[in-house]
Amino acid sequence: MSVESIDMPASREQRAVEAPVWQVRVGTRLSRVAAVAGIALVVVLAALPAFAPRNLIQDLIFVLTMLTLAQLWNVLAGWGGLVSVGQQAFVGLGAYALFAGIVMAGLDPVAAIPLAGLFAAVIAAVLGPLLFRLEGPYFAIGSWVAAEALRLICAQFKSLGGGTGMSISPSELSQMVGLKTVQALLGLRPAAARDVLVYWLALLLAVLVTLGIYAFIRSRHGLALAASRDNAAAARSVGVRTARIRHMLWIAVAFATGMVGAVVYLQKARISPDAAFSVTDWTAYVIFIVVIGGVRTIEGPMVGVLLLWGLVTYLAQYGSLYLVVLGTLAILIMLFMPRGAWGAAARRWQVQLFPTQRWLGRSR
Amino acid sequence: MLELHSVSKTFGAIVVADAIDLTLVSGEALGVIGPNGAGKSTLFNLITGLLRPDAGRIVLDGVDITGLSPEARCRAGIGRSFQIPQPFDHLSVFENLAVAAQFGGGLSETDAVQHCGLMLDLTGLEAKANRLAGSLPLLDRKRLELARALATRPRTLLLDEIAGGLTDAECHQLVETIRTIHAEGVGIIWIEHVVHALLAVVQRLVVLNFGKIVAQGVPSEVMRSREVETIYMGVPA
Repeated sequence: MSVESIDMPASREQRAVEAPVWQVRVGTRLSRVAAVAGIALVVVLAALPAFAPRNLIQDLIFVLTMLTLAQLWNVLAGWGGLVSVGQQAFVGLGAYALFAGIVMAGLDPVAAIPLAGLFAAVIAAVLGPLLFRLEGPYFAIGSWVAAEALRLICAQFKSLGGGTGMSISPSELSQMVGLKTVQALLGLRPAAARDVLVYWLALLLAVLVTLGIYAFIRSRHGLALAASRDNAAAARSVGVRTARIRHMLWIAVAFATGMVGAVVYLQKARISPDAAFSVTDWTAYVIFIVVIGGVRTIEGPMVGVLLLWGLVTYLAQYGSLYLVVLGTLAILIMLFMPRGAWGAAARRWQVQLFPTQRWLGRSR
Repeated sequence: MLELHSVSKTFGAIVVADAIDLTLVSGEALGVIGPNGAGKSTLFNLITGLLRPDAGRIVLDGVDITGLSPEARCRAGIGRSFQIPQPFDHLSVFENLAVAAQFGGGLSETDAVQHCGLMLDLTGLEAKANRLAGSLPLLDRKRLELARALATRPRTLLLDEIAGGLTDAECHQLVETIRTIHAEGVGIIWIEHVVHALLAVVQRLVVLNFGKIVAQGVPSEVMRSREVETIYMGVPA
């Protein structure tokens, strides 16, 4: 049997050297418009405390911190395939690290926030190798169990209020970096000024985390992570260090989650193990946001958090009925819009504000 | 050069690799045949590191790689396709290659684009470059297996049954592609049931049965050997 050989080798090498034949694009005209609109929105949000009422600022602290947690869970579970039900562990650790930093070490609250993140990251680095021995649903359960164990450990620290928790007195927070400036700038009393400061920190965190995740997803490491999620054996066979990339992601997400926990509890100024390690508040709601908004998109958590905020605002007066509505909605969306509200809309109208797919085309 | 020195692997009582000695000289094309369950795919999993041998050594260019992870072996120049296609479903065809080119192939993001473009062109997948891999029909998935393995820029390429189910024209095309790759100096080990395609490429043939090499040598002679007749035709030994 004879087969004609074709003189591909030489010509292939040359073409690659001469001029790029193929090119990749990710962004679209719409995404560039969205980027400009996004910057404008952030500027408006940053200026908001100058004229918005205090209760709106408080609401937005909730929205922004939940958005950040949702983005973090989305990158971990949606892109990374690490479906953790134990993210409350890092919220709680961050919150407790903040309180410990303020009460025991006398740190400035703002300076204690990154340290709280660091503390959560260190614990995550230790837990990671244990949890990654488990896969799929076992990993989910394992992460939850780990979070419960950490809650019980935190409850043992008498100096941090033990099982009943503790408060930070306003006087301890009155010397906070930036507080006097905010008071003078907006003519507010200390309590309101603290909300504004926390709001700006929450906004900063939300913007940095969202942009950081988007940049990561579009990078080669984001690609490697997605490959590891889809098929670990195949990913390893094409040279991806799947274990390392998952571990790094897990630690990075814990770092940011810890900082969110610190910001949330800086505003609350009161902590208890049950609240700070609450699976409902810091994981169930977060998963709800991602699922109804749209998993594996940057826009999904944004849509989801606004839906949740709307539901919380208008249904809170109906008591437990509110939870029934949330649950029913989640089930309906999972059944009829498995990609979430944003996912369904994006598919229907072919819109993406934060596109991630790399499109290959010929340069000519 | 890739060398296997008495590599063995058992799953419980089942011996899937029984003291296999095998050498692939640089740039050689080697065919592997054998009945189902003979241990052909297991052989690939041992070479690529998805399975660790119970005994024996695997040496690549004089370096013992027996303890290396699959990802390290890929970076060292061993590329493979899977018998049952294992695409990254939620990534596009191009992205499937891009991850392979950047991590296994060690290319920069810019160089990877050109390399992947060439490999997609070579394997006839360019028109489908932006489709999600999970939406591809079976034959395209097989093409993707080959394209993605090539994207890692292997010096040794392990192909696991990539010709099954192709039409004659497609099969001819595939043989040409593999000959092209081989002509560039890439060493090839090819497991294939479509024997005429295999024989159009390989210089040496190995027959596996029950985890053992039962015959090897020049393809035409091996195909006429008593061992092959026994296994495939049921002629008593």
